[in-house]
Amino acid sequence: MRKKFSAKRLEELLFSVLMKASAVIVFGSLFVIIGTIIARGIGSMNLDMITKTPEGGYYLGKEGGVLNAIIGSFILTIAATVLALLISLPVVLYINIFKGKGSRLAVVIRMSLDFLWGIPSIVYGAFGFTIMMFFGITASLLAGIITVTLFILPIMARAMDEVISMVPHDLLEASYSLGATKYETAFKVATRQALSGIVSAALIAFGRGIGDAASVLFTAGFSDRIPLSLLQPAATLPLAIFFQLGTPFPEVQERAYASAFILTVLILIISILARFLTSRHKRNIIQ
Amino acid sequence: MFFVTVCCALLVLGMGLGLFIKAWPILAIKPLAEILFSEIWHPLKGEFGMFPFITGTLWVTGIAIIIATPISLLTAIYLSEYAPKRMLEFSRPFIDLLAGIPSVIYGVWGILIIVPLVKNHIAPLFGYISSGYSVLSAGIVLSIMIFPVIIHITVEVFQTVPRELREASLALGATRWQTVKHVLLRKALPGIAEANVLGFSRAFGETMAVLMVAGNMVKTPSSVFDAGYPLPALIANNYGEMLSIPLYDSALLLAALVLFIVVIFFNVLSRYILHRINLRIN
Repeated sequence: MRKKFSAKRLEELLFSVLMKASAVIVFGSLFVIIGTIIARGIGSMNLDMITKTPEGGYYLGKEGGVLNAIIGSFILTIAATVLALLISLPVVLYINIFKGKGSRLAVVIRMSLDFLWGIPSIVYGAFGFTIMMFFGITASLLAGIITVTLFILPIMARAMDEVISMVPHDLLEASYSLGATKYETAFKVATRQALSGIVSAALIAFGRGIGDAASVLFTAGFSDRIPLSLLQPAATLPLAIFFQLGTPFPEVQERAYASAFILTVLILIISILARFLTSRHKRNIIQ
Repeated sequence: MFFVTVCCALLVLGMGLGLFIKAWPILAIKPLAEILFSEIWHPLKGEFGMFPFITGTLWVTGIAIIIATPISLLTAIYLSEYAPKRMLEFSRPFIDLLAGIPSVIYGVWGILIIVPLVKNHIAPLFGYISSGYSVLSAGIVLSIMIFPVIIHITVEVFQTVPRELREASLALGATRWQTVKHVLLRKALPGIAEANVLGFSRAFGETMAVLMVAGNMVKTPSSVFDAGYPLPALIANNYGEMLSIPLYDSALLLAALVLFIVVIFFNVLSRYILHRINLRIN
């Protein structure tokens, strides 16, 4: 009896230690990753990095910065986020308000979104490439925008679906009883009620879009200049990191670390902003 | 709105079909088994054996799952069962952040920390010489990338296990760990399996981080310290030259199609598991 008791305690103690160690590994790795990128990148940061485009011989270690990639990433991802919003908002409203949460169409759409969510970004890149070839366009801002839109669409729609399906049924009934149409209820009542969630869904999708390299690798191309039209290739920040790190010159690799620092800071700002907006707007919601 | 909604649902089919059409030229002239199981990769000679890449992917993903499953599971148990409720809420943003870090950043970090670690410490410990760019490094980086996926779902599954079950077990004199082992884990097993399947499919298609640390040598890895060349890295690395060699683009898009099918298969599998749980609960 006594022996069993101690074995039981020993097991409890052992797993308690293992669990704490695992939690330390998980959260520790987050801090180590962000810490490493910041510590390594901040030393190579300078004003040129964010105010200049690559000049002649940049990839050999000469003057310049990654402004082309920063601007390219922003234009591409903002356009893709807006497009994805224009597609996913009607879809999510349609399945939740027009058809009802439990309808067969809603189930099918949720399932397809889950499938799409799971498909790796490189496959989106390859698919974007086939679309590009089909329409006969080369790697360009436009092709990149289309691919990233498709890639972030399921991420945004799923996050949005979660908040819109939480809109209380009573609120919709109240709107109908005042004589509002389904259209008005969807776009004026449900959308407003879920606004903070919609904004944070868009921000999450933006964060995923701006950080993804595999989807734009074939489609957006790369260019040392800031894109001036939709048909020009555009540089993106993740690809700039990848290419600079791939050069054999230490000076250029240093710039990859600085670019990684810029991207990490952007991602941190976006996720803090998303969280802040969500908590701030929660106060104005009719419960 | 109906039209847009239906288009959204058809996108999955469209993608599958688009990739299939582009992959067809190579499928039409070579048997699928030869492409998947041949070891000879010589695009210039028209040899497209994908076996080294498939084994590379399996090695990397396998290592990632072996590392990630126990650590994520123990963390999820800790957060859900042991830690104070506040800590669970407090930890959520950090888990989301871990999921939100771009894969290229994971790649940079892998090169800075994991590759030297494998090269200077882990490989010599086992008597191997390694450049550090290996399937092990890729597996370690990938495991961190799938922590949040597994933890998030597992914690959610644990929260659905009724409180009374735990209390009944504790009232019988079981310790907390015994309760976890005999009640919680048993009850949540299908959900845990689903979480790991999703983690696996996530790791399977991950590209940039793997591309940066796996070493990319066209050879079936014989140990974890060897370089590997997973399928997504193959696609990403060769996009530049694929239009200049006949059938090359077709072969690469076939690789994308393989990824697509495997990921969809795992998604269906996890859905099936979830369906089984729902049946059991009702």
